[in-house]
Amino acid sequence: MTALTGWGRTQPSVATVVTPANEHDVLDILSRATRGVIARGLGRSYGDAAQVSGGIVIDGRGLGGIGPIDESTGEVTVGAGTSIESLLATSVPKGWFIAVSPGTRQVTIGGAIAADVHGKNHHRDGAFCQHVRSMRLVTPTGAMTVGAANDPEVFWGTAGAMGLTGVVTEATLALIPIETDRVLVDTDRCKDLDALMAAMATGEEDHRYSVAWVDCMATGSSLGRAVLTRGDHARREHLDAREQGRAIAPSASGLLRVPWRAPSGLLNRASIRAFNEAWFRRAPTHRRGEPVSLGAFFHPLDFVTDWNLLYGRRGVVQYQLAVPDRSGETVRRAIELLATSGVPSFLAVLKRFGPADPGFLSFPIEGWTLALDMPVGPPRLPGVLDRLDELVAADGGRVYLAKDARLDPRHLPAMYPRLDELTALRARLDPHGVLNSDLARRLGV
Amino acid sequence: MQDAFGNPQRIVVLGGSSDIARAIAVRLCRERARTVVLAGRSEALLSDAASELREAGATEVPLVRFDAAVPSSAAATVEACLEAAGGPVDLVVVAVGALGDQALDEDDATRALEVVNATYTWPVAALSALRGRLVAQGTGRILVCSSVAGVRVRRANYLYGGAKAGLDATCVGMAESLRGTGVALQILRPGFVRSKMTHGRPDVPFATDVDAVADVAVAGLSSGQPVLWSPPILRYVFAVLGLLPQGVWRRLPG
Repeated sequence: MTALTGWGRTQPSVATVVTPANEHDVLDILSRATRGVIARGLGRSYGDAAQVSGGIVIDGRGLGGIGPIDESTGEVTVGAGTSIESLLATSVPKGWFIAVSPGTRQVTIGGAIAADVHGKNHHRDGAFCQHVRSMRLVTPTGAMTVGAANDPEVFWGTAGAMGLTGVVTEATLALIPIETDRVLVDTDRCKDLDALMAAMATGEEDHRYSVAWVDCMATGSSLGRAVLTRGDHARREHLDAREQGRAIAPSASGLLRVPWRAPSGLLNRASIRAFNEAWFRRAPTHRRGEPVSLGAFFHPLDFVTDWNLLYGRRGVVQYQLAVPDRSGETVRRAIELLATSGVPSFLAVLKRFGPADPGFLSFPIEGWTLALDMPVGPPRLPGVLDRLDELVAADGGRVYLAKDARLDPRHLPAMYPRLDELTALRARLDPHGVLNSDLARRLGV
Repeated sequence: MQDAFGNPQRIVVLGGSSDIARAIAVRLCRERARTVVLAGRSEALLSDAASELREAGATEVPLVRFDAAVPSSAAATVEACLEAAGGPVDLVVVAVGALGDQALDEDDATRALEVVNATYTWPVAALSALRGRLVAQGTGRILVCSSVAGVRVRRANYLYGGAKAGLDATCVGMAESLRGTGVALQILRPGFVRSKMTHGRPDVPFATDVDAVADVAVAGLSSGQPVLWSPPILRYVFAVLGLLPQGVWRRLPG
């Protein structure tokens, strides 16, 4: 029996953890289970998505392996337990990058499908599963290979469904070609939220990647001050002549720097405020075309291992909302509510989403998405987040289940109107309700 | 399932007509609690509590009857409550006890037994029936209402105080036994509480009321502190009182 929590370390529960080595083992577990079963990757979902108390947690990391990369299409077949980090360590030296990268490389492919993760390029490229050509899905009633063309219901029902349709054991992904291992980055400091949102709403098509870090503790005329970074993969011709010879480092060493181990409980109201201030001040007012390593651009937090420990014993919650384009005002009210409630929040992330993805439970909807990290502890925090739920639900928005640890379940059907389709699919694939998680129980999925 | 802030969704209250337990349940229903199993002796009091909980947001409030004077009923009562809950239970509140009447009870074996059975034996039997069930769940929390009467026992209520002392000490040990199981046991130690149980008795220093105790209990569910004192200052007061010579302790008011 092992106690498990999500990345936020908020809701421990105990389960039996098993590590199947292949599809046959997974099928065996699922077909014989009398308790709830859920798959888990690297435990990066914040809440209780990858745990099932009193049940069986399948540690997907035994399902590894990276196949050869097809040099003409960029397609590669990988085990679901393969991390994005190890995939990139193999693919980047060969000139291939992952089409959609979340904010950390410490995510398995299975986890990326389960959450249908998005990256800084959602406005252009959609979420992760749009680049999955096919996947092998093991359900309690059998295993199948599904793609968006041959079985759209199971494929899109599984995308973003938090592991509740079955266990993905393998997937074929389409990678994108890169000429260098650097990103050319434009940085702009925005003095307030209006300036930021105006800058983001215009010219989003000019860059493949775009993200803003917002200081949610600044109030008054600085409310929503932010650092906007936008970038594109550097082409060989963008590098100096002497660098063009080694446009991609052979070992991807810049990508995989040894992380710094964080001390526990370092973050508090004062240190978060100081960090946010320093982050804002250190950013250049405007800078164009600065070459940055892939790791520094895509996964800045990976340089600190176990950074969740910084929040101390009671852990951290992340609240990520998505609202339609017309609801820019809700983004403002969310930041305002947080800044004025005195609840400390580490740098928040604001992004633009492109059109919604086809997954029944995929999170993105066209418009804005805001992600906020907050330590558990301030007595006002639960109420502030409940208030945000109401604003978001009233706007036709939603919160991201991969981050959630506290949503009021009554909002779920409005936030995810295709929930019924998932329920019908699960009844077919898993008639005895074997697949379950603490998140599913909490939200009544 | 409980959320990141320790708010439970499905709870069982043993001693459902206790003022403190009821006030705790009302607060939890205002947050995420929707199913509350109320177990107690008086149908009328339980029904009354149930309607208050429904107003606060509960959707399912099954009632279970039991008599704490009969310790052998504890296991079946726990079983019936878990059954009625209809799924994993996030929180069990144990608020069972009888204050008795010390003057009448202290020279009467039958009456003394009633106090001890209701305050110590029945709750311990119930906790023993509960423990394995929650451990198998891999999650859950138990909140046991103890009392400062058991922290240092007084002449004026040594039967009740002694039974609470036994319960409290048993729970300290049980909480240790639960480490690493996903289940936690927290002990609530209120001071003198103005409630229906103490109606008509004179106030003592640091007396508190039901709402204040419930606030401490609910905040404690979020913080996860193993022992909750109400008012919180009693933690320090009793650290000192525990050191007083018996001759001084005897002369203190209350």
